[in-house]
Amino acid sequence: MADLRTEFLGIKSPNPFWLASAPPTDKEYNVVRAFKAGWGGVVWKTLGEDPAVVNVNGPRYGAIWGADRRLLGFNNIELITDRPLDVNLREIKKVKREWPDRAVVVSLMVPCEERNWAAILSRVEETDADGVELNFGCPHGMSERGMGSAVGQVPEYIEMVARWCKAHTRMPVIVKLTPNITDIRHPARAAKDGGADAVSLINTINSIVSVDLDTMSPVPSIDGKGTHGGYCGPAVKPIALSMVSEIARDKATRGFPISAIGGVTTWRDAVEFMTLGATTVQVCTAAMTYGFAIVKELISGMSNWMDEKGYRSIDDFVGAAVPNVTDWQFLNLNYIAKAHINQDLCIKCGRCHIVCEDTSHQAITAKKNGNRHFEVIDAECVGCNLCVSVCPVANCITMVEMTSGTDPRTGRKIDRHYANWTTHPNNPNAVKAAE
Amino acid sequence: MPAAQGRPGPDIASGRLAADDYARNFADLHPPLDAHEALVESDRCYFCYDAPCMNACPTGIDIPLFIREINTGNPLGAAKTIFDENILGGMCARVCPTETLCEEACVRNEAEGEPVKIGLLQRHATDKAMVANAQFYKRAAPTGKRIAVVGAGPAGLACAHRLAVYGHDVVIFDAKPKPGGLNEYGIAAYKTVADFAQAEIDYILSIGGIAIENGKRLGQDFQLADLRRQFDAVFIGIGLAGVNQLHESGEESPGVEDAVEFIAELRQADDLANLKIGRRVAVIGGGMTAIDVAVQSKLLGAEDVTILYRRGKEEMKASEFEQDLAQTKGVTIKHWVRPRKIAVKEGSPVRIECEYTRDEGGRLKATGETFEFEADMVFKAIGQKFEPGPVPGLELVGGRLKVDNERRTSLPGVWAGGDCVHGGQDLTVAAVEDGKRAAESINRALSRQ
Ligand SMILES: Cc1cc2nc3c(=O)[nH]c(=O)nc-3n(C[C@H](O)[C@H](O)[C@H](O)COP(=O)(O)OP(=O)(O)OC[C@H]3O[C@@H](n4cnc5c(N)ncnc54)[C@H](O)[C@@H]3O)c2cc1C
Ligand SMILES: Cc1cc2nc3c(=O)[nH]c(=O)nc-3n(C[C@H](O)[C@H](O)[C@H](O)COP(=O)(O)O)c2cc1C
Ligand code: SF4
Repeated sequence: MADLRTEFLGIKSPNPFWLASAPPTDKEYNVVRAFKAGWGGVVWKTLGEDPAVVNVNGPRYGAIWGADRRLLGFNNIELITDRPLDVNLREIKKVKREWPDRAVVVSLMVPCEERNWAAILSRVEETDADGVELNFGCPHGMSERGMGSAVGQVPEYIEMVARWCKAHTRMPVIVKLTPNITDIRHPARAAKDGGADAVSLINTINSIVSVDLDTMSPVPSIDGKGTHGGYCGPAVKPIALSMVSEIARDKATRGFPISAIGGVTTWRDAVEFMTLGATTVQVCTAAMTYGFAIVKELISGMSNWMDEKGYRSIDDFVGAAVPNVTDWQFLNLNYIAKAHINQDLCIKCGRCHIVCEDTSHQAITAKKNGNRHFEVIDAECVGCNLCVSVCPVANCITMVEMTSGTDPRTGRKIDRHYANWTTHPNNPNAVKAAE
Repeated sequence: MPAAQGRPGPDIASGRLAADDYARNFADLHPPLDAHEALVESDRCYFCYDAPCMNACPTGIDIPLFIREINTGNPLGAAKTIFDENILGGMCARVCPTETLCEEACVRNEAEGEPVKIGLLQRHATDKAMVANAQFYKRAAPTGKRIAVVGAGPAGLACAHRLAVYGHDVVIFDAKPKPGGLNEYGIAAYKTVADFAQAEIDYILSIGGIAIENGKRLGQDFQLADLRRQFDAVFIGIGLAGVNQLHESGEESPGVEDAVEFIAELRQADDLANLKIGRRVAVIGGGMTAIDVAVQSKLLGAEDVTILYRRGKEEMKASEFEQDLAQTKGVTIKHWVRPRKIAVKEGSPVRIECEYTRDEGGRLKATGETFEFEADMVFKAIGQKFEPGPVPGLELVGGRLKVDNERRTSLPGVWAGGDCVHGGQDLTVAAVEDGKRAAESINRALSRQ
């Protein structure tokens, strides 16, 4: 049986599945239920200074649904915890004492002054929590008050606050990054330069999920008005994956510990983040959609996958995909693949044909001998993967690499040597291959 | 093959069909889901809180979890989730009347009248695990305790497996030549094709620590007292050996057969073409066995098959799904009738005389109005009963063994479960739950010693 035990900045947890700082971790009651269900750790809902913030007293969430009302994207206009600091600290201390094997990290957000950070850090230390996470991420409400993403969008501030925090606490410091920036590497480098121990990402993305067309108000609507919120859930996973990979392969931050967040719903999502360099993953929306019991699926799925692949511990695969993330210019232009439709699996919906015909390369037939029949025409197929993306049957259309012969589309012989854009004749800046 | 068609008098013959037809008729009733179907179907599960399906499963399988595991490409995880509660999850996926259990409770019924196909998803996962021979359980350190299990049906097998997991040694005694109980001898052939019952037993036994002794009948080859002396605990899972009687004239004639016995013969037949079946078949009863024998008669090539049931559609023990199945296979179901006389010629039934019945304030009354029709074979499927002979001294309620919630009988050191105990549902899955509960109780009792 695979060993899922995780150590992140010296913080131990029985598995890499933590709950992200959000409503599921706002109270002792929720957190204890989570630990009973099997979660490896929590990042407590962000604490701030008293008096506590207030939340709207109406809808604070909105959603995007796929077919069958599956929740795909989730949006919120909630602020940090609206409970008194004392109450939270007391509960954190109690939970950590009663659940010593689980990770308990405390998320913090206070005004951008050294004494404010120093003050709250000393109080958190008394709880024996395992570490702190600096919330530089929330895109709404708090940012208008000069906190949250207002800090996270300025690398110099990140570095400064991280440095204060390291100076005022012995606890590990994780900086939680906002994705609402142009290049995630800059805030990550700043966190590292400021002495932080790790980064976690992503927080939510600026969003308006929909507009009520009767009231002309953005949703969620508070008395006829709405505001942008923070987007999360399955829809944001690709953005988060990319950002995690950027930090993992950036020279300046390579090897810097990462706790990945953003749309983790199944074991596979979690593993993907970990192969791109994350040691732990954090989950919010999936728990808020299905309840804490999903952790059982995360554990069994990851563990069976590890057994199947022969990985004994998570260190065996963390970062395994990082070397394979590269820049476009280094992709092998001699690699040629063609779509192939498995006629036994094909249900003949014709979606592949119409998208290729209308919007791509006219490389899929609609008929053969007068009958409805969908087949790839290799002489036209550029191998773009569009048909695979729209086919309703998994594995019905696959991309098959050509390893010999001639590409019927270009008439060129298959060349198995690696050659990329940097040396391509069409590239005005091509470097001449050394003779 | 029109064997002596239209012959007056008893018309009982084998080989009524072409070889291909037998194969087609007795193929899987519900073919397994392929990968795409399993994905689409598992996608429909809402992962309900306190899931009604799970509460409706007698073994309490965590259904939403295993469906989610299938959906995330983790079929082995799904299989383990199933086997953790029901080691015969493969058989149950095939034979459970899901339409009155988990699938009846699915909230999708409320939403759009179409439950998630839980049974087929369960089969998908358990098949994957069995094909891969994935073993999920290791025996605990040997305890040195020995337990005798009498009866290798679902109750006995489930009990034995759980005890083996705890490190105890188990010997199963069964009177029949093959283990499996009604899984092997009773379940309709089209529900468990390709010798699945024996394959499942091999899979279960691979845990080790379980020996099966077939051809050993309690009360004849050995006594309960011997077992109590030689073993640390005893589990009784001997099912229902007795058959209810009709008390109609003609009942003893050849051609009036016990349905369960006939099905056993069918299940053990090397070649179904050798099995004799009447051209016109009458079945007396209203339960699962009546449906099974009627449908299988039809599939063997009987021309007219009629089920005679003394009450109405709602009172039939066979689920609506089973009744519909019989009717689509061409079986006629007559309600509110009872057989009165079976006319016999040359030692075989030829005609059956029936009388209409009606409900008068909850009591069944014969109306005096009769009709008759031709029948070459008559099956009795009016229920089985418990034979207490092999287990003298055990207290009974309602003609079956009395057990408590932990499946303890009135004798210390003796547990029981499955069809032989009072208060059960007479279902495979209920027998499995009994065996599991008894094993837990036995383990607790033995660890206290
Ligand atoms: C025709 C038929 C069809 C059915 N179809 C279904 C169905 O589709 N779905 C469903 O859920 N349920 C069905 N059932 C019910 C289901 O088969 C039983 O509820 C289940 O098999 C009970 O399990 P058990 O272990 O208690 O007993 P059994 O399966 O009856 O096993 C008892 C075992 O004990 C052995 N035994 C008996 N006496 C002795 C003795 N003195 N010494 C040693 N061994 C002994 C027997 O040989 C047998 O192997 C059906 C039943 C019948 C009769
Ligand atoms: C309702 C809600 C409240 C949140 N509150 C906080 C918060 O207080 N502090 C914080 O750092 N992140 C907060 N987040 C962001 C999450 O921790 C997480 O970064 C984000 O939701 C992405 O993960 P997910 O896709 O698994 O939901 C909140 C998210 C939601 C949905
Ligand atoms: S989930 Fe529904 S019931 Fe619960 S607090 Fe929110 S709006 Fe109210």
